[in-house]
Amino acid sequence: MRSETKRILRRLLRNPSAVIGFSLLIFFIVVAIAAPLICPPQSYNPYMIPIVSWDLTPKPPSDGHPFGVIAGRDIFYGIVWGTRTAFRVGLLVTLISTAIGLFIGSIAGYFGGWIDEILMRITDIFLSIPYILAAIVITSFLGMGLNNVMIALVAFGWMAAARLIRGNILQVREEQYVLAAKALGVKNFLIIMKHVLPNTIFPVLIQASMRIGSLVITAAALSFLGLGAPIGYADWGSLLNFSRNWLLGASGEAFKYWYAIVYPGVTMVLFVLAWNLVGDALRDVFDPRLRG
Amino acid sequence: MVAYIVRRLLLLPLILFGISLIVFGMIQSLGSDRLLAAYVNPGLLDKLKPDQLERIKDKYGLNDPMVIRYFKWLGNTIKGDLGWSVVGKEPVKDALLHRLPWTVELALYSIIPVVVVGVWLGITAAVNRDKFVDHFVRIFAVVGWSFPDFVFGLLVLMVFYSVLGWFPPGNLSFWADEVVKSPEFRRYTSLLTIDALLNGRFDIFFDGLRHLIAPILTMSWLWWAYLLRITRSSMLEVLSKEYIRTARAKGLSERVVINKHAKRNAMIPVLTVGGAMVIRLFAGTVIVEMVFNRTGMGSFTATAATQLDYASIMASVLFYSLILVLGNLVIDILYAATDPRIRLG
Repeated sequence: MRSETKRILRRLLRNPSAVIGFSLLIFFIVVAIAAPLICPPQSYNPYMIPIVSWDLTPKPPSDGHPFGVIAGRDIFYGIVWGTRTAFRVGLLVTLISTAIGLFIGSIAGYFGGWIDEILMRITDIFLSIPYILAAIVITSFLGMGLNNVMIALVAFGWMAAARLIRGNILQVREEQYVLAAKALGVKNFLIIMKHVLPNTIFPVLIQASMRIGSLVITAAALSFLGLGAPIGYADWGSLLNFSRNWLLGASGEAFKYWYAIVYPGVTMVLFVLAWNLVGDALRDVFDPRLRG
Repeated sequence: MVAYIVRRLLLLPLILFGISLIVFGMIQSLGSDRLLAAYVNPGLLDKLKPDQLERIKDKYGLNDPMVIRYFKWLGNTIKGDLGWSVVGKEPVKDALLHRLPWTVELALYSIIPVVVVGVWLGITAAVNRDKFVDHFVRIFAVVGWSFPDFVFGLLVLMVFYSVLGWFPPGNLSFWADEVVKSPEFRRYTSLLTIDALLNGRFDIFFDGLRHLIAPILTMSWLWWAYLLRITRSSMLEVLSKEYIRTARAKGLSERVVINKHAKRNAMIPVLTVGGAMVIRLFAGTVIVEMVFNRTGMGSFTATAATQLDYASIMASVLFYSLILVLGNLVIDILYAATDPRIRLG
C-alpha cells in the first residue's frame, strides 16, 4: 500500500501540469486560511468588504489599496476573502450534490427494474432544464445570499454523479464477489456500502473534482448577474458585477478601469485552472482509460 | 431502430410534463402572497386590508387547490396564453417571439467558428503530437476552458470597445435601429443580418455583424477549448488503428492518410458531442447577452429573474427546456441512424 502511494505521488510529481495545478491550489488554500492575517477584518462580519470611500468612481491601485477601489470597496480585500467564498461554494456544493447523486444512482443501479426506470427518468427531466437557467430561477425566488446560491446549484447538480454511479454499479452488480455476498444473505444496504461503492467510487470522485471549477464559475456568474451574493459581499463575481457598469460607458477611455476587471478576473481563471489541472491529473493517475 | 425512436417519442410528453411540474412547483413555493405581485401593483398590496387581499386572491384563483391551478396554468400555456410580462411590457408570448431571432442569430453564427476552428485545432494538435504546436494547443485548451465566459466577455469588451472602439455592445447602432424599425425595412426572416441583405442594406448588415463579432468570439473561446480536446483525442485514437498503418504501408502519402482515412472516422465522436454542444451554446447566450447588453431571450430571462417577473421566468425556462429536449431528441435519432451498433441493436 505504501509503495502504491509512493508510485502515485511520483507520477503526479513528474507531470508538470499536475505540479502547477497542485501548487496553485495550495496557494489558494493558504490565502483562504490566512485571510484574517492578510486583510484584518474591520467590521463584525469579515465577509462584507469594508467601504473605504463614498465616491463610487473606481480608483486605480495605490499604497493602501494594491488592486484599486471599485464602488468604494477595496478590490484586494474582496479577492482575499472571496477565496474563502469560492472554496465554500465549490466544495460544499460538490460534496452535497455528489452525495445525493451517489444515493440516487446507487439505488437505481443496484435495484434495477422499475425503480431504476423511474429514478432515471426523473434524472432526465432535471437534465432537460439548462443548468444556468435553473440556477437563475431558483436564486431569483429564494432571494440573494450565498446559501440560496448553493441550494440552487445542488438542486440541479446531482444528475451527472447519479448517472455515472448507476452505470458503474450495473457493471459491478454481476461480479462474482457481489453475487457471493448476495448468496450469503448479506443485506442490500451492506452490499452497496461494503462491496459496490468502494469499487465504483473513484470515477465519481474524479468527476467531482473536475466539476468544482465550473461550479465556482456558475456561482460567480449568478453574482455577476446580481442574483447571487449580496451587494458588498466578498465574492469574485460581485466584484466583476461592479466593474461591468463602468465598462459599458467607458468608450474611448482606454484601459482606464483595467484593474477592476483584470485582478478579479485573473484570480478566478487561476482558481478554476487549478481545479481543472488537479482533476486532469487525478484522472490520469487513477483512471488511465479516460485519458484524453 | 424504430423501437428506439418510438420509445424516445413516447417519453417526450412525459419529460415535458415533468419539466412543467418542476417549473410550476418552483413558482408555487413562493406562496400566494408573493404571487399576487404578478397581478397587482406591489405598492398597493401593503395598503389593502386582509379581507380585500383574500378577495383578490379568489379573483385570480390563487386560493384554488394546487392541482386545479396547475392544470389551469398548463392549459393556458398550451393554448399559448403565457401571461403578461412586466419586463417586456407586452404579453409574454410576444416578448419571447420578438427576442428569439436575436438569440437564434447569435447562437447559429457562433456554431460556424466554434466547429471550424475547434476541429482544425484538434486535428492539428493530434497530427503534430508532442511537438511544439501540440503543447501550445493543449495549454490553450486547459487555460481556455478555465475562463468564465463573463470574464472573457468583459476582457473582450475592454479591449475591443473601450480601447479600440471596434465592437460596441448592444444589438445595433442607434441609426441602424431607426432604419430597422421603419416600415421601409421589410422583415423576411426576422434574422437581422439576413433581412438586411435581402433589403439590400449592406450598411445595416455590417452594423449588425459589427455588434455580433465580440459576443461570438466570447461564445467560441470556451467551446474551442472543449471541442479541440475531443477532436484531438478522437484523432489520436484513430491514428493508432490498424487500418491507418495499412494505409501507410500501402505507400499512401501522409496527406491522403490523414484527410481520407483518419479525419472521417475521427469525426464520429465529435459529431455527437458537437450536437450536444450546440444546445448548450444556446443556454450560454444568457450570460453573453448580459455582458454585451444585447436584447434577446437570454438577457430577457435574466432581467425577468432579477425583477421577479414570474410569468416571463416560467415561460422562458419552459422555452429553453423545450429547445434542449427537442434538440437532444433530434441528435439522438440522427446518431442512432448513423451508428450501426445502435441502428441494429
